[in-house]
Amino acid sequence: MSDNSKGVVPSSGESDEYAYSAGAGLVLSDAIADPGIEPHRVRMTDKSVKHEKLAARQVATLFVISILGSIFAIFAYFFWPLDGENLTAVRTNTMFLGLGITLGLFGIGFGAVHWAKTLMPDAEISEERHQTRGSDETRARAVEIIKLADSESGFSRRKLIRRTMYGALALFPLPAIVFFKDMTTEANPVEKLRHTMWAAGKRLVQDPTGVPIKASDVTVGSAFHVIPEGLNEAPHMLEEKSKAAVLLVRLDPKDIHSQKESDWGYNGIVAYSKICTHVGCPVALYEQQSHHLLCPCHQSTFDITNDCAVIFGPATRALPQLQIDVDDQGYLIAKGDFSEPVGPSFWERKAN
Amino acid sequence: MSVLKRKANSARRSPFAAAIVIALGLLLSGGGYAVASGAVTSANASDPYKNADNIAAGKKLFLANCASCHGQNAGGTSAAPSLIGVGAASVDFQVGSGRMPAQGSGPQMPTKTPQFNDQQILELAAYVSSLAPGPAVPSDSAIAADGNAERGGTLFRTNCAMCHNAVGAGGALTEGKYAPALMEADPKEIYEAMITGPQNMPVFSDANLTPTDKKDIITYLTYVQTNPSPGGYELANLGPVAEGLFAWVFLLGLIIGITVWLGAKSN
Repeated sequence: MSDNSKGVVPSSGESDEYAYSAGAGLVLSDAIADPGIEPHRVRMTDKSVKHEKLAARQVATLFVISILGSIFAIFAYFFWPLDGENLTAVRTNTMFLGLGITLGLFGIGFGAVHWAKTLMPDAEISEERHQTRGSDETRARAVEIIKLADSESGFSRRKLIRRTMYGALALFPLPAIVFFKDMTTEANPVEKLRHTMWAAGKRLVQDPTGVPIKASDVTVGSAFHVIPEGLNEAPHMLEEKSKAAVLLVRLDPKDIHSQKESDWGYNGIVAYSKICTHVGCPVALYEQQSHHLLCPCHQSTFDITNDCAVIFGPATRALPQLQIDVDDQGYLIAKGDFSEPVGPSFWERKAN
Repeated sequence: MSVLKRKANSARRSPFAAAIVIALGLLLSGGGYAVASGAVTSANASDPYKNADNIAAGKKLFLANCASCHGQNAGGTSAAPSLIGVGAASVDFQVGSGRMPAQGSGPQMPTKTPQFNDQQILELAAYVSSLAPGPAVPSDSAIAADGNAERGGTLFRTNCAMCHNAVGAGGALTEGKYAPALMEADPKEIYEAMITGPQNMPVFSDANLTPTDKKDIITYLTYVQTNPSPGGYELANLGPVAEGLFAWVFLLGLIIGITVWLGAKSN
């Protein structure tokens, strides 16, 4: 109470059960006084019989709306039945059933609230908050109980029991953590991230038909969605596809700005991993005039004329290129697996 | 022949001389072929895109409406690409959907009410396809939606859905470009877009998507266009974004309204 030069007073620590405690906060010395309860305002329904009757009719009407809604829902079930052939029937059935049930429930709810607000007794009461801190007596009794429990159980005295119990509590969650190992059956799961199904001589085939692709069929401006030959029959087809998916396009060789890209392609035909290096979405939005390759998830954009370097967005690494060639029948084949892991970074991946 | 000779002489020093000679040569050979096949004399020619009258009328339309950007000989300028070899299908798609003639420069040409009628579009297409061979306008049987919709859906999801959305609702591309919605596209437009690769769309030649594949894709899109969504309003088929916005604005608004009413005192 002494330092009120700045208009504030430190919180008082009075022991009175209902004393106000602001904890570590400050209480303004010129704080607005508690205005108390708002003066009671008499409702129209209390003042006039006409209004009372009107409110009663409103409540009854709301309950009648509920009754009609429920009946309508039953009626709708039979009048707009589900029809296996006609998809529109699902829509009308759902809509009218929902409308009826909604009216049924809302009518009850609104009616009950309106009844309480307009016709039931209207008197304000207030209850003061009190401190959450218990009385000194209660607190002393609590400490007494804990000490008694300690002496009776011997928790402090019996060190062996106490320490083995701590050990048991610490170890019991461990099996659940070890079970995470089951998320992969591989001895070395990281190797699975480094390799895809692509191998030297494996043909590039179309997704999803599996038709092999002749180099002469890939015209400038076209885009092929490519999987390795035999992927559709592979044991873990979706896992393999999520790593091996490739986008194949043919560029005018003059447009390619990277010697490595030209060398790894075939006469302007280049194949890039479709798995975004950011978080692994399929990057397949190819713009054949601007040569942008856009990832639909986070808008990472790659320049397919410059070794798929990142030109926009959150990805940090270029898309890996697949080295391709043609076999003696003119079909496109891979010259090997990707030279680096495809897709997003992982802990063991070396930065490059 | 004297007319041709005089034109060739006067244009000898022009850098476009070669292109003009080639264009005229192609035009005349096209005309000559038409004469030989008797198409000129018959109004019901077997192929209206090779009809000399149509080609001549198309050239007039081209010079009046297209040449300022695409060049006098359709060889392209800095403002617009060459149309040599784009084929009748490309003209039919671009002009038929109203994208061309362009109303202004921008990241992408939007569709609008076509400026020409079907006959004029045919004439323009006949002229452009007479310059060099290119994809032809598909026949009615090629675009009939009587294929396998399920297979078409699989092909669509692999080849088209990344840009056009799984049910053809369209989507955004880079720098203001976009893949248009296909909910209103007719089978001919869909087919022509696949074979010509308009603007930034890649080309899906018959080696990539066979005519059967294309037919299946058209069947799938027709199915999607004509069958209502069983789940109620599609909200533009944009998925969680549109649905979330609806829930936040209307449903949360409703909950707030009810809460205010619950807390308000009665009069």
